[in-house]
Amino acid sequence: MKTNKLNEQAEGDDMTSAETAGGSGPDKAAPLLEVRDLQVEFKVRDNVTKAVNGVSYSVDAGETLAVLGESGSGKSVTAQAIMGILDSPPGRISGGEIYFQGQEILSMPENERRRLRGAKMAMIFQDALSSLNPVLSVGFQLGEMFRAHRGMSRKDAKAKAIELMDRVRIPAAKQRVGDYPHEFSGGMRQRIMIAMALALEPDLIIADEPTTALDVTVQAQVMDLLAELQREYNMGLILITHDLGVVADVADKIAVMYAGRIVETAPVHEIYKRPAHPYTEGLLASIPRLDQKGQELYAIKGLPPNLQNIPSGCAFNPRCARAEDVCRTDIPVLSQVTERDGTELVGRGSACHFWKETIHG
Amino acid sequence: MTELVTGKEGPAAAGPTAEQQGAEPTVVRVSQWSDIRARFFANKLAVLGLFILVVLVIVAVFAPLLAPFDPLKQDLANTLQAPGGDHLLGTDSLGRDQLSRLIYGSRIAMIVGMASILVACTIGIVLGALAGYFGRLIDSVIMRVADVFFAFPLLIGAIVVILLMGRGVLPVVLSLGIFSWATFARLLRSQILSVREMDYVHAARALGASQFRTIRRHILPNSLTAVLVYATSNVGIAIVAEASLSYLGVGVPPEVAEWGNMIAAGRDFMGVKDFMWMYPSLAIVVTALGFVLLGNGLRDALDPKLR
Repeated sequence: MKTNKLNEQAEGDDMTSAETAGGSGPDKAAPLLEVRDLQVEFKVRDNVTKAVNGVSYSVDAGETLAVLGESGSGKSVTAQAIMGILDSPPGRISGGEIYFQGQEILSMPENERRRLRGAKMAMIFQDALSSLNPVLSVGFQLGEMFRAHRGMSRKDAKAKAIELMDRVRIPAAKQRVGDYPHEFSGGMRQRIMIAMALALEPDLIIADEPTTALDVTVQAQVMDLLAELQREYNMGLILITHDLGVVADVADKIAVMYAGRIVETAPVHEIYKRPAHPYTEGLLASIPRLDQKGQELYAIKGLPPNLQNIPSGCAFNPRCARAEDVCRTDIPVLSQVTERDGTELVGRGSACHFWKETIHG
Repeated sequence: MTELVTGKEGPAAAGPTAEQQGAEPTVVRVSQWSDIRARFFANKLAVLGLFILVVLVIVAVFAPLLAPFDPLKQDLANTLQAPGGDHLLGTDSLGRDQLSRLIYGSRIAMIVGMASILVACTIGIVLGALAGYFGRLIDSVIMRVADVFFAFPLLIGAIVVILLMGRGVLPVVLSLGIFSWATFARLLRSQILSVREMDYVHAARALGASQFRTIRRHILPNSLTAVLVYATSNVGIAIVAEASLSYLGVGVPPEVAEWGNMIAAGRDFMGVKDFMWMYPSLAIVVTALGFVLLGNGLRDALDPKLR
């Protein structure tokens, strides 16, 4: 009951802030977050590593976007650029725009940007143990959110911390509020990270591989909790993962990244049925399946490209069975995917010269 | 304090929930501090160091009660008496009681030793934190200044400052502090360079912590252990340096009951009245040893991985 009251209060706050900012501020018709043609590079001495090469995606309130890709595909770097926590130098945003609630945030001064973090957008990291400060109790760290952003007293902040721990279903929250991160199990720690990200009821949550460090059974619990809280608060969620299994249950739409580009976008269920990019096809084929017991697992041949020296044309061409000459010269653009008869498939795009052959076989 | 409260409530309340949850076993709660304390007291040398220092602090605090004579009172009828009788450790060339001077000397040693390290620590922590966190130009400037201070041997540097300021306790404290901060700054800087790349620092940023808060709450507390350990060990070295300055005649004024002064007074009677320099020397060695043992004990207790 306490929490309900808290929610009402917070909703009230949100409305007032939207009203006050009304004039120049957030455009309600625009998506919650829109990334346009983002480019990020890392420069170490004379080596330029192009981590993100023109990524565009958008998330609405209450929507879950899963960004899928292997290590080095640029999915985390994109997230860091959105949050404004890119290590710079060596990282540098070399192009593109990011709109959050209608406002371009890359051009914002750092202190305004900082006020967005935690309050309006928050991030959940992969490894909760290393993402929590080992020398402070979890209650203190949760309370810090309220003390830093809302100027609450130590006592009130502690009460809030207990409330949050209850909210993410940590048993005996009142007793455990003074415990240190190493005294919690992995799943409980990740719940605390979630609680911390949700503390100020942000509009956007970015979860960077939130369940990768957890046991499979706990993964599902944590994912469910995250999805449930997201629905409850109507937040936009960007779920960064390399695990296709995690995605299916919670995501609304999916963006597959390869070598710093989005190669395919689709509503989540369609991608499993009919992938429109050979890379996605390969990813799906590599999932172990119960009905193929005893057979060798499929693996996409070759290695992910060296980002200092991305292959010309389509970055995936050296590993692709469909590759032809055009793939080695022309970079494919993300184009609308259609049915055989030309009807557009809503929300589907593929950056493959041969997407028709891929999806329609 | 929080740990104590949870410790009390823990067993009663954690029981049923643990059953409900099934997955979470009841945790025997050991706070970090009790862990550290246990490791410290299991270390015999560390306890010896602590014991030495506790005795020294008691001696220094209660010097007027413990000393049998006024340390400054001259008794020209009883000069250079050998240990024994009324004067347990003998008298010096002016008939002052050696034991009383030794007892009072512990005050200067403790005060100057700790205060000078406090000065060094403060300067070193502020500058080291700035250099480590902000890097680039600030880092280069601070570290080059630190290099300059490194270039001076501690005693030579201190003598220069004392020549400018005059003799006394304060100049000794400041001069030793000014020429010891560079190590603290370097040490803290290197710690910060590694801690600031930790995930929880990034996480704090991602949740909107300001730079100042990130430094104060997350980076410093996780970087200071090494500095604390180094500071403790270094109080001993500062005490040796302070005694050296007094021995050389640039520390505290010669009439003051101070160990370096006592050794200097005994220098002229070396080989004849060895008790005059032996006891203060022993006091210095034991005190320095006490701090080094305590420092090592703290290091092992705070970070068992380093052992």
